[in-house]
Amino acid sequence: MEEKTPRVEIIPEQCKGCELCVVECPQDVLFMSKKINQFGYMVAEYKGDGCTGCGFCFYACPEPGTITVYKKKRVKKEASA
Amino acid sequence: MQEVLGKPEGFVDNFVRKPGDYPKVTHYCPGCGHGRVHKLIAEAMADLEISDKTVLISPVGCTVFAYYYFDCGNIQSAHGRAPAVGTGVGRSNPGSITISYQGDGDLGAIGTAEIIHAANRGENMTVIFVNNGIYGMTGGQMAPTTLEGQVTTTTPTGRDIDEAGHPMRMSEMIATLEAPVFVERTAVTDTKNIMKTRKAIRKALKSQKDGYGFSFVEILSSCPIGWKMKPVAANQRITDEMVPYFPLKNFKDEIENRSPRPTKTVDPDPNKIIEVLGVDKDERLFKKDQSFIDNFKDQHVRIAGFGGQGVLLAGTTLGYLGMETGLNTTWLPSYGPEMRGGTANCHIVLSNKEVGSPLVEKASTLIAMNQPSLNEFGVTVKPGGLIVINSSTVEGKYTERDDVTCLYIPMNEIAESLGVMQAANMAALTAYLAYSKAFDVDMLTSLIKANFKKKTLIEKNVAVIQKTYEYVKENYLN
Ligand SMILES: Cc1ncc(C[n+]2csc(CCOP(=O)(O)OP(=O)(O)O)c2C)c(N)n1
Ligand code: SF4
Ligand code: SF4
Ligand code: SF4
Repeated sequence: MEEKTPRVEIIPEQCKGCELCVVECPQDVLFMSKKINQFGYMVAEYKGDGCTGCGFCFYACPEPGTITVYKKKRVKKEASA
Repeated sequence: MQEVLGKPEGFVDNFVRKPGDYPKVTHYCPGCGHGRVHKLIAEAMADLEISDKTVLISPVGCTVFAYYYFDCGNIQSAHGRAPAVGTGVGRSNPGSITISYQGDGDLGAIGTAEIIHAANRGENMTVIFVNNGIYGMTGGQMAPTTLEGQVTTTTPTGRDIDEAGHPMRMSEMIATLEAPVFVERTAVTDTKNIMKTRKAIRKALKSQKDGYGFSFVEILSSCPIGWKMKPVAANQRITDEMVPYFPLKNFKDEIENRSPRPTKTVDPDPNKIIEVLGVDKDERLFKKDQSFIDNFKDQHVRIAGFGGQGVLLAGTTLGYLGMETGLNTTWLPSYGPEMRGGTANCHIVLSNKEVGSPLVEKASTLIAMNQPSLNEFGVTVKPGGLIVINSSTVEGKYTERDDVTCLYIPMNEIAESLGVMQAANMAALTAYLAYSKAFDVDMLTSLIKANFKKKTLIEKNVAVIQKTYEYVKENYLN
C-alpha cells in the first residue's frame, strides 16, 4: 500500500499552537485552524494537498511526535555515487 | 519504501517518567527552542547508534526534566555542575558518550568554573549550550548572556553594562582553550539555521564517538515566555537582536588535524580506594564498645531552624558522635529546589544496623530552633517522640500534639550568657542528648575538644554544654 504523493500528518492532541510549522512551510500548505484541543490551543492543520515532503515543518515543530512527514518514494540512484 | 520523518528513535515512545496525563507532549512552553534542540539530539543519537552508551547530564533550568524524553542514560546534576558530573561519567565509563546539556544561567553564571576547566582538560563530552539569554525556569531573570538594555525581571530598566558587565560570549572563550576540538555557535531560528544546528550537533557527537574529546555547540534559542513574546516573533528577535552580538560561526574545528585520543581504561580497585581514604583503619575517638552498639536504639533526628543558627553543624556534630562510636550514620542537609537562604534543616540517622534511607520522614526527635520549623516539622514526629524547642524564639507551648514530649530550652539565653551566641546549636544538641540518653553528654564534650580548632571556642562551647545539662537536669530529669 504505497503512497505516491508526499503528505504531512499533525496530531491535534499533541499540538501547542505555536505556529512555528506554519511559518516555515515553503508551500504555504499549513494553517492555524479554529479547532481547539484539550489543552485549549488552536491547532495547526494541513490544507490537504500541496505538500512536497520537504520536512521543514518537522524540524520547526518543538514537540517530539506531533508532526510526521511522509516523503516521496526514494528513487534509487543507479550504481553511481 | 516511503521515507518517513517522524518522532526520532532517540526519544522514548511514551514519556512514562513524566507525571500527569499527557505522556506524548513535553513540559515546555509552546514554541520553546529547547524542544527543537531536543529533537535534533534525539535524531543524532539514533542515527549515530549511540543511544545505548550515551549518558545525558541534565542541568538545573527548564531542561532539568530532560530525562523524561531521551532514550539514554541520565544523571540530573546540581546547578552548573553538569560538566563536573560529565567528567566523572566519562572517565569511569571509557567508550561512553557524555552529553552535558546546559542553559546560559547554568553554564555561564553558577557553573562558569566547571565548564571552563572541563573544556580545558578536554574531557570526553559534548556540551550542548542553549543560550536563550535569560533564566527561563525561575521566571525570566537576567543571565550572563542577557543583552545590553534587555528588560528582565531583575533588570526592569534594561541591563546596564556598567553595573552588570557585558553579555558573555562563551563560545569565543571556550575556543581560546587548546583542548576543545570543535566549537560552533548556531541558532534554531529558521530551517536554514536549524539545519546548520543539526549538522553541528551531529559533527560534535561523531567527534566524541571517534575519540576526539571535548566539543561545544552553542545554540541561540528562544524563550517566548521569559521574553514575553509570541514564538514566531521570539525567533525573529534572535535574528535581529542576538545574532549581531553573538555571531553564528564555527570558532574551531580541529577534527581533521588531530588524531583520536587513546581511551584510558580505569580499573578501580575497591580495596585500594578504601586504603587511600583510610577507612580501613579502625581509628575512633571513642574506644569500641560492642555492648553500647548492640543496645543502641535507632535515632531519626531532624534539626531545623533559620540559616545562621548552626543547624547543619549541629547535625554533623551528632553524625560524628555516631561515627566515632562505630554506629552507622547518615547526615543529609535539605534545601528546597531553590535555595534562597532562610530556613535550613538536616536529617540524621544513627543505627547499629545498615541505614536504608538517609531521609527522616518520621522523626524520633525534632530539634526546632525557631517557630516555622516547629510548625512545619512538629507533625512529623513519631508518637512518643521528643521535640526540643528553642524557647528563646518560640513563644508559648506547643499544643498541636499531646503524644510527644516537649523540652523548652532557652537556647539563645544560655549561649548569650556565656558570650557565644553561635553556640545555641550546642545547647540544642545537649538538651537532646541529656534527655534521650542516646549518648553521654561527656562524649559531646570530648568530641568538641577533638574537633574544634580554636581553644577559646572550645571552652565557651563546653560551658554552654554544661549549663544546658544543668538546666535539663533541674527542669526535666529527677
Ligand atoms: C544552587 C541553585 N541556585 C539557584 C537555583 C535557582 N535556579 C533554578 S533554574 C535557574 C536558572 C536557569 O536558567 P538557565 O540555565 O538559563 O536555563 P533555562 O531555564 O533558561 O533553560 C536558577 C538560578 C537552583 N535551583 N539551585
Ligand atoms: S513537509 Fe514541507 S511542504 Fe509539506 S507541510 Fe511540511 S513544510 Fe510544508
Ligand atoms: S510547530 Fe508543532 S506545536 Fe507548533 S503549531 Fe505546528 S504542530 Fe503545533
Ligand atoms: S520558560 Fe522559556 S526556556 Fe523554559 S520552557 Fe518556557 S519558553 Fe522554554
